[in-house]
Amino acid sequence: MNDMTPDREERSANLKGMGCSRKRVEDSRFTQGKGNYVDDIKLPGMLHGDFVRSPYAHARVVSINKEAALALPGVVAVLTADDLRPLNLHWMPTLAGDKQMVLADGKVLFQGQEVAFVVASDRYVAADAVELVEVEYEELPVITDPFESLKSDVVLREDLEGQTEGAHGPRKHHNHIFTWEQGDESGTNQVLDNADVVATESMYYHRTHPCPLETCGSVASMDKVNGKLTLWGTFQAPHVVRTVASLLSGIEEHNIRVVSPDIGGGFGNKVGVYPGYVCSIVASIVTGVPVKWVEDRMENLMSTAFARDYHMTGKISATKEGKITGLHCHVTADHGGFDACADPTKFPAGFMNICTGSYDIPVAYLAVDGVYTNKAPGGVSYRCSFRVTEAVYFIERMIEVLAIELGMDSAELRRINFIKKEQFPYTAALGWEYDSGDYHTAWDKALKAVDYDGLRKEQAERVEAFKRGETRTLMGIGLTFFTEIVGAGPVKNCDILGMGMFDSCEIRIHPTGSAIARLGTISQGQGHATTFAQILASEIGISADSITIEEGDTDTAPYGLGTYGSRSTPVAGAATAMAGRKIRAKAQMIAAYLLEVHDDDVEFDIDRFVVKGAPEKFKTMKEIAYAAYNQAIPGLEPGLEAVSYYDPPNMTYPFGAYVCVMDIDVDTGVPEIRRFYALDDCGTRINPMIIEGQIHGGLTEALAVALGQEIAYDDIGNVKTGTLMDFFLPTAWEVPNYETDFTVTPSPHHPIGAKGVGESPHVGGVPCFSNAVQDAFRPFGNRHTNMPHDHWRIWQTANRLGLHD
Amino acid sequence: MIPAAFDYYRPKTMGDVIALLQEHGDDARVMAGGHSLIPMMKLRMADVPHLIDLQAIDGLDAITIDGGRITLGAMVTQHDLINNDGLSNAAPILSEAALQIADPQVRYMGTVGGNVANGDPGNDMPGLMQCLDAQIKVVGPDGERMIAARDYYESAYMTLRADDEVLVSIEFDAPAGGHAYEKQKRKIGDYATAAAAVQITSDAGKVGSASIAMTNLSDVPVWSEAAGAALVGTACDDTAIKAAVAAMLGDIDPSEDNRGPVAFKRHVAGITLSRAITRAWSRTTARA
Ligand SMILES: Cc1cc2nc3c(=O)[nH]c(=O)nc-3n(C[C@H](O)[C@H](O)[C@H](O)COP(=O)(O)OP(=O)(O)OC[C@H]3O[C@@H](n4cnc5c(N)ncnc54)[C@H](O)[C@@H]3O)c2cc1C
Repeated sequence: MNDMTPDREERSANLKGMGCSRKRVEDSRFTQGKGNYVDDIKLPGMLHGDFVRSPYAHARVVSINKEAALALPGVVAVLTADDLRPLNLHWMPTLAGDKQMVLADGKVLFQGQEVAFVVASDRYVAADAVELVEVEYEELPVITDPFESLKSDVVLREDLEGQTEGAHGPRKHHNHIFTWEQGDESGTNQVLDNADVVATESMYYHRTHPCPLETCGSVASMDKVNGKLTLWGTFQAPHVVRTVASLLSGIEEHNIRVVSPDIGGGFGNKVGVYPGYVCSIVASIVTGVPVKWVEDRMENLMSTAFARDYHMTGKISATKEGKITGLHCHVTADHGGFDACADPTKFPAGFMNICTGSYDIPVAYLAVDGVYTNKAPGGVSYRCSFRVTEAVYFIERMIEVLAIELGMDSAELRRINFIKKEQFPYTAALGWEYDSGDYHTAWDKALKAVDYDGLRKEQAERVEAFKRGETRTLMGIGLTFFTEIVGAGPVKNCDILGMGMFDSCEIRIHPTGSAIARLGTISQGQGHATTFAQILASEIGISADSITIEEGDTDTAPYGLGTYGSRSTPVAGAATAMAGRKIRAKAQMIAAYLLEVHDDDVEFDIDRFVVKGAPEKFKTMKEIAYAAYNQAIPGLEPGLEAVSYYDPPNMTYPFGAYVCVMDIDVDTGVPEIRRFYALDDCGTRINPMIIEGQIHGGLTEALAVALGQEIAYDDIGNVKTGTLMDFFLPTAWEVPNYETDFTVTPSPHHPIGAKGVGESPHVGGVPCFSNAVQDAFRPFGNRHTNMPHDHWRIWQTANRLGLHD
Repeated sequence: MIPAAFDYYRPKTMGDVIALLQEHGDDARVMAGGHSLIPMMKLRMADVPHLIDLQAIDGLDAITIDGGRITLGAMVTQHDLINNDGLSNAAPILSEAALQIADPQVRYMGTVGGNVANGDPGNDMPGLMQCLDAQIKVVGPDGERMIAARDYYESAYMTLRADDEVLVSIEFDAPAGGHAYEKQKRKIGDYATAAAAVQITSDAGKVGSASIAMTNLSDVPVWSEAAGAALVGTACDDTAIKAAVAAMLGDIDPSEDNRGPVAFKRHVAGITLSRAITRAWSRTTARA
């Protein structure tokens, strides 16, 4: 053997494959301000669009006078619904089977709704012109409460009047959208009626908003000479946008190129299709020059995709010993003026039916009623798979309430109800098949790490000290055990606007042994260029540093359904591994030919193929790549490329155990997070450093939502939280030091066993922070209080419990 | 978030500033750090066709400590207040308060003069200056005049400064005794839910004098003479603090906003003040 040959360990390290904390290749450009975002795109002759928005939450649009605006030098056009009507683009379909006004067609249904689109030579002129468009409104009664909406005579959606059948079945009332039922209603009721113990609770998961640093925007450029439309935009699903744009505009799909450049965070905010995108396209078609639209922060908060807004009522039953016997959940879902929820077509309430959580619950029933109100449309999955945060919050609160009812410790209650390791794959009462899990091990590890018994003892002492008047600070211990459901497909269950939710990867190996891989997904900060190269490095034996990952350009990337719902690693990551394996299979044949042995007589070894039993005889992947291009190999086509479209057989089910310790000042309502421990099991770990970063980010957004972040409306539908002064976006100052930990339970059906992790900390974090607040007040009779737990609401809880007397 | 068009001026002398103010009247405004004014212009809540930047005027950014008298030029930044050793010795309440204003980026730009002149009930400096019994020097077409900080504020954004006058400096005696600036806010960069500025002196174990001002609990800063009086002559014990809080509650008039309802704000105002008094008093004895 050649002594210069690096040993196996060194060769393996050189690959920077799976399991190593490779530094993010994206960061050199982001940290130097060299990213290329939508608003960085500047094209010759480009015009700028800006919206006239409704100041009213519900009003008839009596007239729109454009004259003064058009007279302003630099203004090129003012578009209204009447201008879009001939193109049939004044309304557009939503992802939820409803339709939405692109520009106000006769009336407005929420404050901030798009009324007219001004196109001008620069954004300053456009902003001035917006002020000059005179719109006459006639105010209508405003409904901001979904329960009131279902009783009201006021018809919000006049365009649907008389339609008793919606996209998801019958509509019970003119402001009702759908009822979605899952599970066994009568069976569940029977169990509840005969149970030893039943705990009932109503909770409101408030409306909030994913708040990426970069707001939404697009640049449309219609080339009238060659008939091609190029659309750059903040799209989490660029390929679907191309298909939708083609169907809506009638432009053939090959004549549309959609590009998602660098994206400054998505969190679900950039899944939907917004009027701004449509208007920039129409404006470019009309004017023949590129048109840019970029919303500002206030527009982003008030008009693009909200999240949550679920009114949930639960009943959970158990034996005296605490074994859960049944679960009943009803949701009244406030969808705003249009149903623009971003869910797979057959799931109008997303995967809310994962609400049995991590527990072995024999029977369950879920019903969700979607309702129209005078609020902005949306209903996206904010850093979570479809409605999974709602589901996990619901069950983790119900567990706490049941523990109170039973007079039991909630850690123990969880333990005795966990699905057991040997029960996987486990089919839950509401239908999902959980792929793998080892909950008891994770839970025990978490409780031990924080010295759970010691914490409870300290808490009990604190309560005594409080009662003696020695302290005004209470201590809360927040517990959460969550199971996520991520990685949609499978195609047979999941589609978006008819497109099956597969994903894809296409690999080209260059002659000198480096490579490019293109995927159907699009990174918004998750670090795909880093981690997907690591998957490939391990699969094909080429160093991650020699692999370029490219996403987001529909002219070059294979079709995919995009990045949201933690689906990139479960689906596109699987496609990457599968395409890599095709490369490897061909490489094996080339190696065997070069080594003059039978295909079966060579085996893969880190970065090469070696002759079995004679490792000194080998061909490196570099040599193989070169051979693929420089010589004729009998029976093989030249080149080394592969593509895989991956339809996952199932979703993946990451899980985790979180503990939060909080001190609460009863007099001011100020919470202080003393400790936050997060154990995550996302199966095989590709890059531990990126996982940790994702967990820190997700927990921070969880802290935000639990402790103050909301989109609040007043009675007449005014948004009260329209700027970052009132909309809570935590900084390093508000965030504690997180302790992260893990177990590894690979997914049995995923090629590399990975499950997806970016959203877990948000899903698990929200109930954990909330449970800590609620737990602090449990000794004084608190059962449940709604989020967000900002200072005054915490203070109000203390006040209600008589702690200020 | 794009302001309406405006003309920008950067005069070099105060005379030129006043001339511009006289020429354009209501349509002109001076700008210091711009961190209150520019957001208002971007929201189109302030319409300023003629914007006069004060950055090029010399001599407005001095901190002078002369004997027991402290003078802060209008263009002294909030950051300057934090890093001035002389000031931190002579009037430590200033840095304690400044550290609770906004964040470092805002403090590099935001000025004392702008904060005091602005008239926003959320600003922290006005209450602080009332606590310190500061005098505000303004200059206008008819020359200079002094206005007491305790008289300066009429209602939100309305002050005794005339439109053609410019605030040039703020002066006050270096306070004796103990101090505290206590502020509750929702997050970094937020205005106060409630804030209290307290200066106390001790005289043979009893409170010799006490000055108390509250922020963001009315449409103007609230200097509560009665709250201070309630402490004087007492041992600053629980009973005295309760009396001071009760007196203060009689002077404030908070309104409901996203920070919470009135009952909460009144409660927190009381807690904030009692903590501020306790801390200020403990520093009095520490200094004695
Ligand atoms: C995110 C954020 C958070 C903040 N948080 C706080 C906080 O917690 N507490 C707080 O107190 N402030 C806060 N501020 C406000 C900040 O401190 C401002 O800088 C300050 O209020 C105004 O100072 P300025 O120099 O920026 O004044 P500018 O914005 O330039 O001016 C404000 C007003 O005062 C007038 N003015 C300025 N200088 C003079 C002068 N010399 N003579 C006459 N009129 C003058 C202007 O015409 C204008 O009307 C915050 C600001 C931001 C952006």
